[in-house]
Amino acid sequence: MHPVRKQRLILVLVLVALSSAAVGFVTYAMRENMDYFYAPSAFAAGEVPFEKRIRAGGCVVPGSVQRAEDSLDVQFVITDGEAELAVVFDKILPDLFAEGEAAVISGQLMPSGVLRADQVLAKHDENYTPPEVAESMVSHEGCTDGAKI
Amino acid sequence: MIPELGHFALIVGLLLSLALSILPIAGSYSARPLWMEAARPLALGVFAFVFIAYVCLTVAFIQSDFTVNYVAQNSNSILPIYYKITAVWGGHEGSILLWLLIQAGWAAAVALFGRQLPPELLARVLSVLGMVLIGFFLFIILTSNPFDRTLPFPPMEGSDLNPLLQDPGMIFHPPLLYMGYVGFSVAFAFAIAALLGGHLDAVWARWARPWTVVAWAFLTLGIALGSWWAYYELGWGGWWFWDPVENASLMPWLVGTALMHSLAVTEKRGLFKSWTILLAIFAFSLSLLGTFLVRSGVITSVHAFATDPLRGSFILGFLAVVVGISLLLFALRAPAVSARSVFSFRSLETFLLGNNILLILIMAMVLTGTLYPLVADALNLGKISVGPPFFNLFFVPLMVVLCLLLGMGVRANWKDSRWDKLLSAWRLPFLAALVVALVWPLAFDHYHWGAVLGLFIGAWVFCASLADIVSKTRNAKSFVAGLKRQRASYYGMHLAHIGLAVAVLGVVLTTVYSVEEDLRMGAGDSHKVAGYDFDFGGVRLAQGPNYRAFEGVIHVSKNGKPVAELYPQKRNYFSGGNTMTEAAIDTGLFRDIYVALGEPLDRSNPSGDWAVRLQYKAFVVWIWLGALLMAIGGGIAVADKRYRKARAAREASLSGNLAAA
Repeated sequence: MHPVRKQRLILVLVLVALSSAAVGFVTYAMRENMDYFYAPSAFAAGEVPFEKRIRAGGCVVPGSVQRAEDSLDVQFVITDGEAELAVVFDKILPDLFAEGEAAVISGQLMPSGVLRADQVLAKHDENYTPPEVAESMVSHEGCTDGAKI
Repeated sequence: MIPELGHFALIVGLLLSLALSILPIAGSYSARPLWMEAARPLALGVFAFVFIAYVCLTVAFIQSDFTVNYVAQNSNSILPIYYKITAVWGGHEGSILLWLLIQAGWAAAVALFGRQLPPELLARVLSVLGMVLIGFFLFIILTSNPFDRTLPFPPMEGSDLNPLLQDPGMIFHPPLLYMGYVGFSVAFAFAIAALLGGHLDAVWARWARPWTVVAWAFLTLGIALGSWWAYYELGWGGWWFWDPVENASLMPWLVGTALMHSLAVTEKRGLFKSWTILLAIFAFSLSLLGTFLVRSGVITSVHAFATDPLRGSFILGFLAVVVGISLLLFALRAPAVSARSVFSFRSLETFLLGNNILLILIMAMVLTGTLYPLVADALNLGKISVGPPFFNLFFVPLMVVLCLLLGMGVRANWKDSRWDKLLSAWRLPFLAALVVALVWPLAFDHYHWGAVLGLFIGAWVFCASLADIVSKTRNAKSFVAGLKRQRASYYGMHLAHIGLAVAVLGVVLTTVYSVEEDLRMGAGDSHKVAGYDFDFGGVRLAQGPNYRAFEGVIHVSKNGKPVAELYPQKRNYFSGGNTMTEAAIDTGLFRDIYVALGEPLDRSNPSGDWAVRLQYKAFVVWIWLGALLMAIGGGIAVADKRYRKARAAREASLSGNLAAA
């Protein structure tokens, strides 16, 4: 092989090796730092690990929001039209959080079966439903329908 | 009638950009000067017609013409007039029209200021911009027409501009961001033209450089303004969330930063040519990818636009065409433009290469984290989100290395430097930064080793830049005389680097020393955060032009001395029924006091207890001041006389040639 070609081949091989190492490392780091998304029925079916950071989403069941008397603690129930999941939170809820609307929650599932939220995300404009929530709804039709069960 | 006029103007603009994309480039190959000459008037014509369309939509907003669907969805009759004008880019369709206007504006600017470019190059650059324009014209006309009517049954009233967007920050953020995004299309067009022409010299780089720097400076401002808006408007008090929409703007910025540095090497040393071209292609492709991510509805984000799959597929198709054709062209033609030259391991070239590799690595990491959830979803691996821990794991160490290299690199010479000289140049800034990093945390209530590391990095960049300025002026008669001897681009560079240092210091101090507390507070309650006393005086009613609000009264004092009175609001807009948080902030150079109202904890009794967020944000303003310095640095660099001198020299040589002929 021509020496210049050979040099190039080595360069390419080195680059390939380095980038595969990088990809492997990234994948590993990602495994440690990814949050899986579960619908409330997955919680009911026991598919969700305890005390690991995960995300959940659904529609806030009308009438389920309950506040504590003397602290910021709040409790509500989300649903995907099939199962329900209780959520507790102790910070300020976002402005567009409302009963009958979609919400995405990051947090950990406690052994008691309650999701302890460390972040509650509501949407940016009123016409937007997060795709996961839209898909996980049994009716696939956004919240006001699904929450009426 | 006016909306139809706007629609018609768009179609004329499309036809003109068709001509722009074909005629000049064909002329450049068949040596027909007249066809090439047509590029400039055609580019100006496209801009004129887009401008007409834009004015038509603005008029429809001012007149509250709710027979236009887009106006009905994004405005209403009680919206203040200045927000009616900015509501033009408050939704998808109008923001694409703004995008198109800016795209056509860049093409017109190249046509106006590019007269001294070699005629073939100018013709090809404008033709490529014409092709990009066609893509956006088709996008708006086929999928996102802002002039669609609601006839025959127009609504009596519009449904209002999203209250989040009724804010001064949102007036400036999209235009600045688009100036940057779209501006990279000019660098892209220059790159494609160079590939077509088959040669790339210092003159080419000298031309492409200022356009890239200007686009980069705009993008910097746009991102900073968006982050600042998220900080004060969303009520969370955070400034970066690694949200996919934020990442979408960060990726072109990272590649644009790499491109600027690589262009410097190409201009000064004639190296990195094919790499520069590749970066120019990537920067623009990532702008398009960002548009796709934000507007296709494939990602979950608090910022995502209400979306439509047709639009997503269109942009994805456009992206595929742009990337596919440019990479194919690159593969075929890059060998023709590449150059071989020698530089030592200790040279400025090496440090700039390191800068490029790191920036691309950071971009690749952000890209992976942003796209991985999409790929996983498509492969049925589950619905996943990649959170801030992943990004921080890479971003922080890579930025540390980048800043270390920066401080070392600014003292290196082109081609080769001597180790002993480099080491002695690094010694003083190193010691100075170390002292700053060890001493500064003593000013806060607790000593934090992470802060020491972060402060060292920021101070190192700062001190190395200062040391370089001092050493460059040392041999002059006086300090001032020495300062005068340096070029504008030299100061622009250092100012931008110092801006980065300031931003890094702000990020580190804010992250480590800010305090945030969410509390339940009733009238008369008091709470201490970071040494400040917050007295809650309850809520009262307040009235705005198109909203009603509960307004909290919070007195802040320190050691008994009053510091500020803050009035955070919870607004209810008359039209949409949306609730909005308006945080109240007492800004200072060294700290912000930030309060936001949550909600009344007993809905039936708003004068009872409220959820209140109290925050002390250390040095947070430095983040945006740093970005501002970077952008100003870019502006100063572009003002360098070299770029104009080159033009003058070219003109002189051209006229000389003509005279000789």
